[in-house]
Amino acid sequence: MSLLEVKNLTYSYGVGTPFEKKALDNVSVNINAGEFIGVIGHTGSGKSTLMQMLNGLLKPERGQVFLNGNDINAPKNNIRNIRFKVGLVFQYPEHQLFDDTVRKDISFGPRNMGLSEEEIDERVISAAEFVGLKRELLDKSPFELSGGEKRRAAIAGVISMEPDIIIFDEPTAGLDPNGRNYLLERINDYHKTKGKTVILVSHSMEDIAKYAQKVLVLNKGRIEMFDETKIVFSQVEKLDSMGLRVPQITYIMNKLKEYGYDVSGGVLTVEEAYKELNRLLCRKRGEKC
Amino acid sequence: MLSDITIGQFFPGNSIIHRLDPRIKLVLLLSFIVFIFITGNYFSLSFIFIFVLSVVIMSGVALKMYLKSLKAIVYIVLFTSVINLLYGRGEPIAQLGILKVTVSGINNAVFVFIRIVSLILISSVLTYTTSPTQLTDGMERLMSPLKVFKIQVHEIAMMMTIALRFIPTLLDETEKIMNAQKARGASMDSGNVIQRIKAFIPVLVPLLVSSFRRAYELATAMECRCYHGGDGRTRMKSLHLKKADYISSAVCVIAFCGVVALNIILPAAER
Ligand SMILES: Nc1ncnc2c1ncn2[C@@H]1O[C@H](COP(=O)(O)OP(=O)(O)OP(=O)(O)O)[C@@H](O)[C@H]1O
Ligand SMILES: [Mg+2]
Repeated sequence: MSLLEVKNLTYSYGVGTPFEKKALDNVSVNINAGEFIGVIGHTGSGKSTLMQMLNGLLKPERGQVFLNGNDINAPKNNIRNIRFKVGLVFQYPEHQLFDDTVRKDISFGPRNMGLSEEEIDERVISAAEFVGLKRELLDKSPFELSGGEKRRAAIAGVISMEPDIIIFDEPTAGLDPNGRNYLLERINDYHKTKGKTVILVSHSMEDIAKYAQKVLVLNKGRIEMFDETKIVFSQVEKLDSMGLRVPQITYIMNKLKEYGYDVSGGVLTVEEAYKELNRLLCRKRGEKC
Repeated sequence: MLSDITIGQFFPGNSIIHRLDPRIKLVLLLSFIVFIFITGNYFSLSFIFIFVLSVVIMSGVALKMYLKSLKAIVYIVLFTSVINLLYGRGEPIAQLGILKVTVSGINNAVFVFIRIVSLILISSVLTYTTSPTQLTDGMERLMSPLKVFKIQVHEIAMMMTIALRFIPTLLDETEKIMNAQKARGASMDSGNVIQRIKAFIPVLVPLLVSSFRRAYELATAMECRCYHGGDGRTRMKSLHLKKADYISSAVCVIAFCGVVALNIILPAAER
């Protein structure tokens, strides 16, 4: 049984007004425990809408979401318990900081879960450590932090609930390159060391290619592809037609292959490309590598 | 929930009402309010009510939207009508304990009901068919004589424009922040009053912070475009009265005369 099962989900915004808009159209998808899923799609394709349905923030117009086989919108389920299991980090999460110290802000989630004070403390510290937030910042006001630190504090606020599934909606938007890499590495670590399921929404194909095991492609509220990263990024034309692209390095390597060089297709990351090109060069020089 | 709020909502369209000059619309709205209240008998009351309804239909905005704005005040209307119904003077025609219903009570209730409904409808016509910019533009022009008294008309109008402009943005923002806190297990709609008020702090603080941020950003953006207040500013779209404006004003004046005439010729309802 899959951990999260989405069945024929349909959702429209502004029902009954002149601005009605179908954001999701009959979407079905299965997500297994421990997977790292990348979600891509043109702007307005329904990514954020789908993510907000996975923890019951938006109620489906039609269709169901099952967590461990339970319909999360069934009246017998307490929706708050679902939200502790499916953590959602919104775009620009730092805009939700509110408490007078970072420590209190991070503890908001665990406190809502009804944990004991010791446990809350423990979780706050480990979550802050996890996102790389220095200890001495914990007792500052969240509004005194820098932009990147705010982002980390806000993410720690969700991680501290230790959800089974954690969803990041464009977590790196507006960060500098170092901040981006750092954050993505932390997310990857979270997936690896804790074995939790991670869903990452991003506009950066490079990031998705580097970290995701499977990729979900949304287009105009429908799922166009859901497959292993390599397979999705091998369909260059199809992605192009949806206003998406493959990582730049993949374009280069595909072109080289077209020109008759002996490189393997479907190279997705710079590291892989480096290995391939090195191999090619060595062979040309007649050396052994 | 928040999407039910229709204050300041504008539905673009091309009806004759949409095309009227906002100044004319404002003046006509004020006169409508006056004449709705001077109706003295059922004839003038139904006359002006039918007139309001035809304006509503001519506006081309879905009737559903008008019903929505009426729904918001349905309890106030019913409450005042019932109070009026029970506090009439004269001989009771029905009595239950201390509650008595008289002819004047019934009259009062009907008048209050129709008047408030007409009032809401006609004001909705204005906000539904006039964009916020046009609206404040019209107000600014109408109030411009007040400049003589050193009242900063342009600044007031600008503040109103900005306030109207930011209502939907803030509603949007509130919804987003509420969702973000709910994702961390906040519950906004359970518990007693104190718990509920407390539950709103995690929403109010970020909302306040972001409003200040937006205000600063807007001020900077306005300065970057060399905004310097009212003196010496010219307009991209200056207002000119057109034929439709004169015709509609004439029609309304005739209708208002009709109300007065009906009031005078026919006997007043017992109040
Ligand atoms: N609160 C809302 N009210 C009305 N329409 C909305 C709302 N939120 C989203 N939409 C519409 O629903 C559609 C899907 O939006 P969604 O936010 O899910 O897109 P997205 O894939 O996350 O886009 P982006 O990459 O820009 O974040 C869009 O067409 C959008 O205009
Ligand atoms: Mg989005």
